[in-house]
Amino acid sequence: MATIEVSGKSYETDEEGYLINLAEWNKDVADYIAKGENVNMTDNHWEVVNFLREYYDEYQIAPAVRVLTKAIGKRFGAEKGNSQYLYDLFPYGPAKQACKIAGLPKPTGCV
Amino acid sequence: MSDIKKFMFVNRKAPYGTIYALESLEVVLITAAFDQEVSLAFMDDGVYQLKKGQQTKGIETKNFSPTYRALEGYDIEKLYVEKESMEARGLSEGDLLVDVTVLGKKEIGELMDQQDVVLSF
Amino acid sequence: MLHIINKSPLSNGALDSCLRVAESGEILLIEDAVYAATKGSALEGKMKEAMDKLKVLVLLPDLEARGLADRIIEGVATVDYGGFVDLVASNKNCQSWL
Repeated sequence: MATIEVSGKSYETDEEGYLINLAEWNKDVADYIAKGENVNMTDNHWEVVNFLREYYDEYQIAPAVRVLTKAIGKRFGAEKGNSQYLYDLFPYGPAKQACKIAGLPKPTGCV
Repeated sequence: MSDIKKFMFVNRKAPYGTIYALESLEVVLITAAFDQEVSLAFMDDGVYQLKKGQQTKGIETKNFSPTYRALEGYDIEKLYVEKESMEARGLSEGDLLVDVTVLGKKEIGELMDQQDVVLSF
Repeated sequence: MLHIINKSPLSNGALDSCLRVAESGEILLIEDAVYAATKGSALEGKMKEAMDKLKVLVLLPDLEARGLADRIIEGVATVDYGGFVDLVASNKNCQSWL
């Protein structure tokens, strides 16, 4: 267990930096985690992060990359529903980085 | 992957009382990531996993029932429920939180015969 | 298909459920499920009925361990560990019921 400090408040994370309590998540925490991942958050990044939060809220899991890619394409159009687009936004993988920034656990099956 | 096999997960335990239901669901999600042909069968108390309206706040346990609705997005569209088990528990299709195919005991048994891999939970 | 049962049928529903859905194939009784293969148990009638559609086998070392090797229901075949392996290999698929 580790903690991160964001604007005077501390948050628990696991040893890889994933937030323990997803209810504590907010935009400041997301920005902080993104900085640690060298990701500069743009509107396109937020679109994916917010989508992941919605998905988790509805299904109680973080989607596998293949499932996320398909769902993003359905929602935001084919030009965004491909792995090239998602890996451009999150170079170390949408599952690893976007979920972490969104305050979600790692997707099931992602080691 | 060219070698696609037919996997069936047979779920026979109620949720929450034991870990089987949740463990099965996790293995199902992992298997689906490998592009295999996956189906789920629910019989005996396993049918209770699909009951609508589960509220787990009071037992401080994660409610994983919404995840069954995510399975369609994982290309797992075949969820079978054994009719005899469902009826023995006073349940009908309308009580279930996801679309399923209800099959009689013989048809469930035949489906099992047709699989390459059957995993029991 | 090969069905493998390892729980006592008198305290667990796995054998019942298996017999309910299985229409053909083989059932191998191992560990505490070997009690289902013995004469005079409450299940004897049900097992005899099942043998019309399924081949029933029992793992002899497990039956011997429980002191019941002399009480096998007629028509139930016995196998040793090598026979167990052969059964798994000769069937297209198998299910280990929990």
